[in-house]
Amino acid sequence: MTKAKNRLGLVFFPAFDWAISATHPEREERLLYTQDQIFEEGIQDIDGIEFYNPGVASEKDIARVHFAVPDAASQLTQSHFIAVGGAIRAFQAVMEKEVDKSFALVRPPGHHAHRVVYGDRGFCVVNVEAVALERIRQDYGDLRVAIVDTDAHHGDGTQDIYWNDKDTLFISFHQDGRSLYPGTGGMEEFGGPAAYGYNINIPLPQGTGEEGFLYILDNVVMPILEDFKPDIIINSAGQDNHYSDPLTNMNFTAQGYAILNERLNPDMAVLEGGYSIEGALPYINLGIILAMAGLDYSHVFEPDYDAEKLKQDAAITDHIEKLAEIIYDLWQHKEELAEEHFKNKKEVTRERQIYYDTAGIMEYQVQTFTLCENCSGVNTIDSKNDEHAHIFAITTPRKACQECIDKAYALYAGLSKRAYTNIYLQDRPRDKYLSK
Amino acid sequence: MIIGIDMGGTHIDGAIVANGKIIKTIKNTTDRDDLFKTIWTTLQELIKDIDKGQIARIHLSTTVSTNALVENKVSKVGMIVQSGPGRNYDFSAAGDQVEFIAGYVDHRGIVIKEVAKSEISTIKDNFTKSAMESIGIVGKFSTRNPSHEIQVSEMLGDHFDTITMGHSLSGRLNFPRRVHTTYLNAAVSRTFRTFADNMEKSLEKEGINVPVHILKADGGTMDLGTAKNKPVETILSGPAASFMGLSALFSESTDGILLDIGGTTTDIFFLAHGVPLFEPLGISIGSHKTLIRAIYSTSIGLGGDSYVRMEDNNLRIGPHRAGRPIAFGGEHLTPTDAMVALGKLEATGKQQVIAALTKLAKQLKLSIQETANKILDEMVSLIKERVDASLAAINARPVYTIKELLEGKEVQPQFINIIGGPAKILAPLLAEKFHIKVKYPEEYAVANAIGAALAKPTIEINMHVDTERRKLSVPEVEIYETIEQNYSLATAQNRALEIVTDAARKLGAPKDNIEAEIVESNSFNMVRGFSKASKNIRVRAQTTPGLIYALKGKRQ
Repeated sequence: MTKAKNRLGLVFFPAFDWAISATHPEREERLLYTQDQIFEEGIQDIDGIEFYNPGVASEKDIARVHFAVPDAASQLTQSHFIAVGGAIRAFQAVMEKEVDKSFALVRPPGHHAHRVVYGDRGFCVVNVEAVALERIRQDYGDLRVAIVDTDAHHGDGTQDIYWNDKDTLFISFHQDGRSLYPGTGGMEEFGGPAAYGYNINIPLPQGTGEEGFLYILDNVVMPILEDFKPDIIINSAGQDNHYSDPLTNMNFTAQGYAILNERLNPDMAVLEGGYSIEGALPYINLGIILAMAGLDYSHVFEPDYDAEKLKQDAAITDHIEKLAEIIYDLWQHKEELAEEHFKNKKEVTRERQIYYDTAGIMEYQVQTFTLCENCSGVNTIDSKNDEHAHIFAITTPRKACQECIDKAYALYAGLSKRAYTNIYLQDRPRDKYLSK
Repeated sequence: MIIGIDMGGTHIDGAIVANGKIIKTIKNTTDRDDLFKTIWTTLQELIKDIDKGQIARIHLSTTVSTNALVENKVSKVGMIVQSGPGRNYDFSAAGDQVEFIAGYVDHRGIVIKEVAKSEISTIKDNFTKSAMESIGIVGKFSTRNPSHEIQVSEMLGDHFDTITMGHSLSGRLNFPRRVHTTYLNAAVSRTFRTFADNMEKSLEKEGINVPVHILKADGGTMDLGTAKNKPVETILSGPAASFMGLSALFSESTDGILLDIGGTTTDIFFLAHGVPLFEPLGISIGSHKTLIRAIYSTSIGLGGDSYVRMEDNNLRIGPHRAGRPIAFGGEHLTPTDAMVALGKLEATGKQQVIAALTKLAKQLKLSIQETANKILDEMVSLIKERVDASLAAINARPVYTIKELLEGKEVQPQFINIIGGPAKILAPLLAEKFHIKVKYPEEYAVANAIGAALAKPTIEINMHVDTERRKLSVPEVEIYETIEQNYSLATAQNRALEIVTDAARKLGAPKDNIEAEIVESNSFNMVRGFSKASKNIRVRAQTTPGLIYALKGKRQ
């Protein structure tokens, strides 16, 4: 009988009774063929691979990460609570040492969900990994975590959540935002004042194939991870860099995703996007499962795989090699760069427009990060949207000092309900979430 | 009048049931060297004073196939496997010679790469040279499109004893299990066929012209003709017969536990709403994981004759036995001895039992009576432990829809029904430990044979409909139809029930006594290019598991 080298926990929850709408890419059918492939390949019988049902996340789990407006119950559907609950179960299985690694194949995805949530954007309402991660940090204590986002779209939501968190390194490689939703993800987006350099974007040119992705992995991602020394690596496992994906223009393969996961060696993976549901997902997911379990994936190919046709253009290779050099250099000089940017500043503000493509909402927000010598500082969001919401949200970070905690509560108490539709206080140190 | 016979490894039991009543029972010893003779003798004894004209049919649970495997009296099997892209498999345990061939069918049943004909003729020559007797052909996703399996089979012609094609054995997806199931079927095919032919001839000679039905591991039956083609389904039908017997002795409609406590093992089964719980994927036969549907059971090495001793300062029972109980001339303590010591059981060797228990009692610093009670309590605890672990696993079985997840259906046993030697003695102890009611029948000696007699034909089908490709497939019954593009879930469900009913009739079910039901059904919109194009429908249907009828009362 086949025995997995790494014990692997799988939360496979295709939510066969849920869709954004009947013809939306995020529909009932999405993981149907992946299920067929997993079943047919006998994954259930591999010794060391365990299947778990998802749990259901609580509103408090959501509040640890998000300001859902007006609240979680009105923004999230059951499927969101279950997708998060699935990731939580998968993460718990690793933390409890039931398994060595885990992979949550849940839907819908989450990496476009920012801290403020007015609705669905990029098929995401709630950031599945981030909510699961904050839950295990709450239950198991301090963790140094690297999230590597391999979705073709920039993981802008995850970036927003961990923008100012030095304990959470976020690396996203994606199709260049100039040619794809959500448009962000340039390498100059490098983190907030308390975590400058801990948000790394690697925008890749259209047509990047196995060679380019693996070059970035070997020459940027792995060296940075070696420097960062995380306790946990999470793969935000979007699968739309695949050559057959209908929404993107990349040339990655099932073999490539499997090799990437073997080398990256993540502790947990969570499914993100990927909408080539018939020609790519069954094979990519099989490849990732086998790679994570430490099993032979060398025979995993798409039916129409053609190495010759997918060969990467020399100009792309050249561009990627230069890009890799620049980004690793930035990482190595992050402290000097931070000094340059933030020296003698008491606070840093960031103004943004965020478009909710699925929900059709435009948001305008100003984030303010205060700089504190003892912690990463209180930060606030003043946000309006074109549907008459105007909120103010205050966050005290996980390891906030007492002074900052007091400051946050004073600020919250002083805000008048008349000026805003909703006011929030996210008190991470004490795991308390207030709103008025 | 139905005759039920269950042949186990050591005993063969027979029963005649008519109009809901047990008319006659019999128990003999199994002659492992002549299984056919064992059955034939028992049958003759059973019907000695019976009017042959009254016999409606014969139900038979046999170890013929199991025995062939255990004693390695199996055919030499050449396997042809089309694995396509995916996992890298080692099928060396599934055939005497295993050949991997080119070609590939994908998850929708689309042929991606054709079979290489020259490859097949080379393999055919090799198999002939190395004297392969039986052949198995299995392709990945062959249940979605069996054309490659059929094509290869046709190319091999009738050079070999039998050819088993993977898609014909089960419509469920699991390629490695399909390979192992196919191998086992090919391996026992000749042995079973010889047995079946013998049976038919002997019955004819005896002037008994009634259908013979063979028990399956799912507690149902199939006609002899089907069994000849799918002998793998007859493997491990014994426990299923016992289970059906238990179901016949008690009529239940809630969740419960069934226990069969024997000399060396305790078999545990579960009922959900009175219906047997099945293995999620299929039964395991030795090291082979198969797609054969079977009643879920778990077995502990724990029984009346289990070896009781101290180990690392702990009282241990089983999992093996060390001869007979002391009370019956053995040398080592057993739970049966504890029962004798407590006066719950009569035996000649009570004195020796007391002597042995005195020794153990000293080690445990308990009185003799306390020691005997502790043994039985430990026995009941071991059963509870296993039941709890099994229930935890059963209740954690994966679900795939939000509805199922939020409903959170769980098996919550309301009762224990128990048979076997120590049933009556253990019943109150089990009731105390589990806090649920425990029942045991007055007569259980041939429950298995009664179960065999009252089993009804069962079939499960897995229908797959792809309206874009305009294909409907039901591999179990070899139905591959072209359908209309507007085929709906409701039409599919009706068709599935029709197919199940029809298949059950072919398996020998009386026309007016077939209950078919949909177990699972889903319809998915297949969206290509952002518009709803077609449907992918999956329906699983079955004959409702259960008995022909419940027993009306005790023996006449």
